[in-house]
Amino acid sequence: MKPLMLLLFLLANFIRPFFFTCLKKSDVFKLDEAPATEVVMTRDEGLQYYRTMQTMRRMELKADQLYKQKIIRGFCHLYDGQEACAVGIEASIKPTDHLITAYRAHGYTLTRGGTVKEIMAELTGRRGGIAKGKGGSMHMYCKNFYGGNGIVGAQVPLGAGVALACKYKGSDELCVCLYGDGAANQGQIFETYNMAALWKLPVIFICENNRYGMGTSVERAAASTDYFKRGEFIPGLRVDGMDILCVREATRFAAEHCRSGKGPILMELQTYRYHGHSMSDPGVSYRTREEIQEVRSKSDPISLLKDRLLSNNMASVEELKEIDVDVRKEIEDAAQFATTDPEPPLEELCNHIFSNNPPVEVRGTNPWAKLKSVS
Amino acid sequence: MATSLKCLLRSGKQAVLVVGRRAFHRSSPAAVQVTVRDALNQALDEELERDERVFLLGEEVAQYDGAYKVSRGLWKKYGDKRIIDTPISEMGFTGIAVGAAMAGLRPICEFMTFNFSMQAIDQVINSAAKTYYMSAGQQPVPIVFRGPNGASAGVAAQHSQCFAAWYAHCPGLKVVSPWNAEDARGLLKTAIRDDNPVVFLENELMYGVPFEMSEESLSKDFTIPIGKAKIERQGAHITLVSHSRMVGHCLDAAAVLAKEGIDCEVINLRTIRPLDVECIEGSVMKTNHLVTVEGGWPQFGVGAEICARVMEGSAFNYLDAPVTRVTGVDIPMPYAKILEDNSVPQIKDIIFSVKKTLGV
Repeated sequence: MKPLMLLLFLLANFIRPFFFTCLKKSDVFKLDEAPATEVVMTRDEGLQYYRTMQTMRRMELKADQLYKQKIIRGFCHLYDGQEACAVGIEASIKPTDHLITAYRAHGYTLTRGGTVKEIMAELTGRRGGIAKGKGGSMHMYCKNFYGGNGIVGAQVPLGAGVALACKYKGSDELCVCLYGDGAANQGQIFETYNMAALWKLPVIFICENNRYGMGTSVERAAASTDYFKRGEFIPGLRVDGMDILCVREATRFAAEHCRSGKGPILMELQTYRYHGHSMSDPGVSYRTREEIQEVRSKSDPISLLKDRLLSNNMASVEELKEIDVDVRKEIEDAAQFATTDPEPPLEELCNHIFSNNPPVEVRGTNPWAKLKSVS
Repeated sequence: MATSLKCLLRSGKQAVLVVGRRAFHRSSPAAVQVTVRDALNQALDEELERDERVFLLGEEVAQYDGAYKVSRGLWKKYGDKRIIDTPISEMGFTGIAVGAAMAGLRPICEFMTFNFSMQAIDQVINSAAKTYYMSAGQQPVPIVFRGPNGASAGVAAQHSQCFAAWYAHCPGLKVVSPWNAEDARGLLKTAIRDDNPVVFLENELMYGVPFEMSEESLSKDFTIPIGKAKIERQGAHITLVSHSRMVGHCLDAAAVLAKEGIDCEVINLRTIRPLDVECIEGSVMKTNHLVTVEGGWPQFGVGAEICARVMEGSAFNYLDAPVTRVTGVDIPMPYAKILEDNSVPQIKDIIFSVKKTLGV
């Protein structure tokens, strides 16, 4: 019944395989050129972006639910509203490139290769979690993804170090190194700008400016809120972080800059988070509900993409609904796994202290508790 | 300058004399005199040659040949790619070193002194030490943090702190503290080859001190295992446990005490974390008396940990007296020579403590 309807619909509407559009121009700093504004998005690309963003959205909302049921504990920093950043960036880098971010990391764990199942199981602290339940929300890792870092700003020098390794090895790999508007005032970031520029490291610094560092708005935290200019001697771009194609094109531009040996580049993505800083923050004491609602209605990244797909006949309402249903099921299955998978065994408590090491004894809570640690 | 040179020559001479007198030390006929500095330099050179992923970064390590000349000649030989001069940005360059280790290189991150490592300590602990655990074994961090630690001569409070206890407190780190040239060489090679973060605590006053080195210890693959202490002098009456420069002081004290018929066993810890408790316990079960000697402050220090471990273990019942700790004085390091000299353990302090512990 469904395929028949689809066929009829197709015949009636002629699905377009791609479309051509003009994007909002990015602001540039110390750059003669800017990212492309006339771009092409294929149908396949569009559907893939939609699916990934929707998966990310639903995953974060499910995490919200589980947190309120006290199945997830501790810190939980949700990414909903910022999906276009993670998905747009991944669209323009290779799996062999590297990426590191701070603690609002679930979205990036997904785009870098983690599955929803192992992400959720990590949030619920189960043995099937991506870090076997030992890391939690802020410490998820996978290949060429260096977390998930809890100390604000510390990931920035780390990212430059990864870039140094890329250059050292003579590969054309680069490192995408993310931080927020709050972290942008950390001293170690300026130390890193200096060394990255001095040594021409292939690093794309990306400031995800969601307007608030926890409860402090950018105007109250920064003498200059032009985050894309704060690299001073590093060229910068300010990009609409709610439009996935703008993010994609800016990342493409930045990646080319790095790969051509010109050194680092800085991108500011103007974005927004619907949730508060973390699940302990209702997010309405320092901003109005009206503001949140306005962003949701006018700039939601998934809605923007959906409108593009539909109004350009790249996909049908039916098709997108099908993706939604699929995604919902994937999230439900993952949540089911995450709530039923057992916690890590106590025998694992002391493992993974050292790499490639013979087993060692670890002192427990009392002198008679002699625990075992293997690599 | 003259006094520190005299001090150097004196302790150097003592070291040679002691080396000659030590029953335990095996030296082949073709033994060579090597300073701690040169031993470190050679170890760095050999490891840089052996594995191209190894590189050194820090302030003045390249074109200046190292603030203390430990990396002399390396930049000339290996160039900009492998020996990197950094700006004065400890937090930044330490983070960069850790990131490079995460991405598969094997950095050696030099702190001009460990006092400056405090600025970067978050990267050492939170980014390096804890990552393998947090990632459940997915992300190793093969890095060495090295540099001079503890008291020097006349450098005053902000440049004289010992960080052995600070770093040894943290799971995920290995903390190593060599005394002589053989220790320096063997332990540095092991540290560089280790796939985990190693804090390598050198001592500025030991850099210029020459020691006899056997042919075996000069071979390219000579390594000393991390986590194993060495009995530098066998004895029957009392055990002295120490690390770094204080080992020399213990041996000097032992020489003086021997004349009075007190036979000291001197243990060189070599590694602070993991502590070789077995070696200490074995010795205590033989001598029944224990004195710990360190340059650092007393509270929550290396000696304090040794006391606790001995109490918790099998050797406790063999003690004929409580363990004695000989430590630096519990004050920031003063500048004036007379004050500074009296802020760290002297040989007479060790001798006094041994006699007190033995009740003689």
